[in-house]
Amino acid sequence: MVKQLSVFLENSKGRLAHMTRILSDAGVDLLALSIADTTDFGILRAIVTDLDKAVEVLKAEAYTVAVSEVLAVMVPDKPGGLADVLRIMNDADIGVEYLYSFVRKPEESALILFKVDDIQRAMDAMQHNGLRMVEQEELLKI
Amino acid sequence: MKYWNETYECMKRSDLERIQLERLQATVNHVYKNVPFYRTKMQQAGLSPADIRTLDDLEKLPFTTKQDLRDNYPFGLFAVPQSEVVRIHASSGTTGKPIVVGYTKKDIDAWSELTARCLVAAGADRNSVVQISYGYGLFTGGLGLHYGVERLGATVVPMSAGNTKKQLMLMKDFGTTLLACTPSYALYLAEEMEHSGIRPEDLRLRYGIFGAEPWTEGMRRKIEERLGIRATDIYGLSEVMGPGVSIECEQQDGLHIFEDHFIPEIIDPSTGARQDYGTTGELVFTSLTKEAFPVIRYRTRDLTNLNNKPCACGRTHVRMNRIMGRSDDMLIIRGVNVFPTQVESVLTRYSDVEPQYLLVVDRIGNLDVLEVQIEMSQKLFSDEVRRIEEVRRKIGSDLESVLGLGVNLKLVEPKSIERSQGKAKRVIDNRKYD
Repeated sequence: MVKQLSVFLENSKGRLAHMTRILSDAGVDLLALSIADTTDFGILRAIVTDLDKAVEVLKAEAYTVAVSEVLAVMVPDKPGGLADVLRIMNDADIGVEYLYSFVRKPEESALILFKVDDIQRAMDAMQHNGLRMVEQEELLKI
Repeated sequence: MKYWNETYECMKRSDLERIQLERLQATVNHVYKNVPFYRTKMQQAGLSPADIRTLDDLEKLPFTTKQDLRDNYPFGLFAVPQSEVVRIHASSGTTGKPIVVGYTKKDIDAWSELTARCLVAAGADRNSVVQISYGYGLFTGGLGLHYGVERLGATVVPMSAGNTKKQLMLMKDFGTTLLACTPSYALYLAEEMEHSGIRPEDLRLRYGIFGAEPWTEGMRRKIEERLGIRATDIYGLSEVMGPGVSIECEQQDGLHIFEDHFIPEIIDPSTGARQDYGTTGELVFTSLTKEAFPVIRYRTRDLTNLNNKPCACGRTHVRMNRIMGRSDDMLIIRGVNVFPTQVESVLTRYSDVEPQYLLVVDRIGNLDVLEVQIEMSQKLFSDEVRRIEEVRRKIGSDLESVLGLGVNLKLVEPKSIERSQGKAKRVIDNRKYD
């Protein structure tokens, strides 16, 4: 499993630019990201190269941040690849809160990040079905 | 020692009211004769002192506002010649000229009596060592209590405010038993004690009298726990006298107003109509014994309610609740009175830190709309939209039931609501009044 950074953002001009600038000034790279937006706020979720550093510099700039755990699953890069993984989750009665994909691609797979309601059972289900998951340290090397 | 002046503090209501009426009539006569401002206002209302026949007739008299006090700077409202004035105090007044008040020898005497009552209600007796860490000077806090301690016959340590290290040293070396200061300074002292390794057991401190700024029940518990004392709330304002207008008893359930010296009223701040016991509104005072600076129906702008139920302590004087806010912060939205403190009371349930919020009122079409902005906190945040929306709905419905009004709740980033020095700005009213 992989630790993910979440940041609260107001839906106003320049906020995202400001936040990403703080990260880049601290030398933190974004490996994957997605943004959930509602009418007045958004949540940025990202996998970063240095989580502790990212949390530290964002908090210092008064951002509200959270760290949560997600699964990074290697999904075969072919039609139906994602559908198969989701079917496995569904069969194991695991709820998927959201998912997004990793930017860089390892081998012939897509790397998809899943936020699920029961991470332990999801890991078991993936393993049981022969799907490979990537850990934090490994992500940095991709 | 339970009371300082049992005769007056526990007087039968009927006797108390008889005294109040005598003193009210004397006060109205006094200001009519000696203060042109009050005489003119009464004449404009078609009133003469003879019209005050019962206590209820007080309601006929015009209000006095802070602006009236400012307009008469410095001595315009004094009711005695300067040769009779033995002391001057002045409010800190954040804008413009301060408000100046004066005292005759008899006024100082009455004030000392009332602060002595306060000290006893808070746990002091002749053997107490009272450290006064309120500022001395034009501010009424320091000297007001000082004279009460001397009246009581306890030992006063006139330390004044500031110099925390020395405060702690004297507290320890002199065996201070009662501390008087602002509640925020009490908490600061507690922190400094912890830093310098002084434990409550190392001190003889048992009691505290705290006031001069609004505080909460939560703050009281913190002070009591960390200093190992009983913390008593005191209320007063220089326009009316200074500290000692009212004091909590050991029941810690409201502050007894010394009704043999003051008549309190609660009014609706928007209409001026008198309110019943239990209804929250603006606190208004009329002084009954003051010579140099009497006040008639002075609007304090402090919001609270009055409780006339008998108190287990034996005192018969009515109790006022903790100050809930200031009437100048009140909003009227679709006919509903809204106070920022109501919003705050809801938000504290959802936060482990001091909630930061802002009320924005707009008029859209003909409808007034209230938006409440809340700064996102660590406790409210989640990486899932669903959870944030859930919390938002809950806060929204809590606010609706407390305010009796629908609100638009907006979550904003931390530190995005403007902080001002001292008093936080809690309200933006964008409605146009013409």
